[in-house]
Amino acid sequence: MTDQLTALDRATARRFVDEHIAPFADAWDRAGAVPEEALTRIGEAGLWAPFLPPRLGGSGTDMVTLGAIHEEVGRGCSSVRSLLTVHTMLAWALRRWGSEAQRDRWGPELAAGRVLGAFCLSEPGAGSDTSGITTTARLDGGAWVVDGVKKWITGGQRADLFLVFARGPAATVALLVPRATPGVTVTPIDDMLGTRASMLAEVSFDGVRLGPDALLGPSGFASGMVLTGTLDLGRYSVAAGSVGIIQACLDACADYTSRRRVGGTPLGELPLIQAKVSDMVTDVRAARLLLAEAGRLKDAGDEATLMATWVAKYFASTAAARHASEAVQIHGANGCGTGYPVARYYRDAKVMEIIEGSNEIQRTTIAGEAYRRQVP
Amino acid sequence: MTTHATATTAETITGFITGRFPRAEIDPAKDIFSLGYINSLFAMELVMFIEKTFELTIPNEELSIDNFRTVEAMTALVDRLRPAVTTG
Ligand SMILES: Cc1cc2nc3c(=O)[nH]c(=O)nc-3n(C[C@H](O)[C@H](O)[C@H](O)COP(=O)(O)OP(=O)(O)OC[C@H]3O[C@@H](n4cnc5c(N)ncnc54)[C@H](O)[C@@H]3O)c2cc1C
Repeated sequence: MTDQLTALDRATARRFVDEHIAPFADAWDRAGAVPEEALTRIGEAGLWAPFLPPRLGGSGTDMVTLGAIHEEVGRGCSSVRSLLTVHTMLAWALRRWGSEAQRDRWGPELAAGRVLGAFCLSEPGAGSDTSGITTTARLDGGAWVVDGVKKWITGGQRADLFLVFARGPAATVALLVPRATPGVTVTPIDDMLGTRASMLAEVSFDGVRLGPDALLGPSGFASGMVLTGTLDLGRYSVAAGSVGIIQACLDACADYTSRRRVGGTPLGELPLIQAKVSDMVTDVRAARLLLAEAGRLKDAGDEATLMATWVAKYFASTAAARHASEAVQIHGANGCGTGYPVARYYRDAKVMEIIEGSNEIQRTTIAGEAYRRQVP
Repeated sequence: MTTHATATTAETITGFITGRFPRAEIDPAKDIFSLGYINSLFAMELVMFIEKTFELTIPNEELSIDNFRTVEAMTALVDRLRPAVTTG
């Protein structure tokens, strides 16, 4: 009765990750790419954009479940989770802000993963300060013309469709730019510290001409909301991925410390080691609950989800970085080598503290909530 | 739409804004952007609040600054978008 797609949940995602992602993550990390075959499999499993409605090829997955799926993927491979994150951001923005025609054009392609999406906001000269972007989008006889350079674009080497944020006539606008458009140039960025297989690129736009239907969402004051909403989904996915990293650290450490002995005693029996592992157990539960709360609020359409997501991402990413560092410590020299996955978790976790709003931006925004009642 | 329903809409929206910024003095004609602390986070929260509370979706073409400038404008927007309610 139930088809495979509607049955998508944490358990199916976990099985998929254990079979098709986790065993290969270290090799992909070293190769600096996720192979095509794996990307295809993710599509076959219906994981690219399951939250899209069935009419657009999705399975109408709720946000709590989506968080659980991204957590499971993040447990296996942060590079794949990063690709999923930016694809999710584009697909979500399309569902939320796209016209009927845009949804029909791109929805089924995105749901199936035949078209992969990327998110283009950061530039060589502007990251945290999004108002500092210099890429422009001007109207020329009904057509949009885009000029500028976007940097650190996750999946940029592979993506087919870019969601580009640019300075428009009145405010920041969001445009859908197919990679094949003349004037789009993709330059790979290799050898990153973490999420090394997420195929980053610098993407430049040189007099790129697009039809009026390239504009996603409103062009006036509310266009800033497209960015706010899209980043919210990205943050949610990175929070989920960070929960996955903590879980992966815990699994690796519980396994290693049960087997590794010092002076005849398993590491796991040493109080100092137990202290570290117990903090992993506690933080992974706390982070998962914060994520689920943000997800429930999203499913209810409750505006409180925005702050709940900031809090979940801040907690989960900082906890992931802390525990990944301890996971390497617990593994000793083995933690620094290639025989265990914890070195990868450590490098990937650091990235979580920078993307989708760095730690400092998280704290500034969360503090803003604390002082809101005192304004003005 | 009855006057009562309209008044309730305005009160509900005012309540949301003052719930967030208790020190703000909001009357229905006050330009909330002139308060100086409406950022994109609050703008998005406001839109989500209106959509959830009044069970409607604000189409892109209605997401203009003038529709959100005052409680009056937001109330008019809600009245326009809400499916006609038949009151007894
Ligand atoms: C692996 C990876 C993948 C990425 N993928 C994408 C992508 O797909 N699309 C995309 O658009 N971007 C992407 N980025 C870019 C990312 O979004 C930015 O790196 C991030 O927003 C931070 O900007 P920045 O690097 O320019 O740092 P800056 O903004 O220059 O900040 C430098 C440091 O100063 C701190 N800082 C900045 N402002 C303040 C402040 N007001 N108060 C206190 N401290 C402050 C920051 O927290 C940071 O520690 C990616 C980055 C990485 C590393």
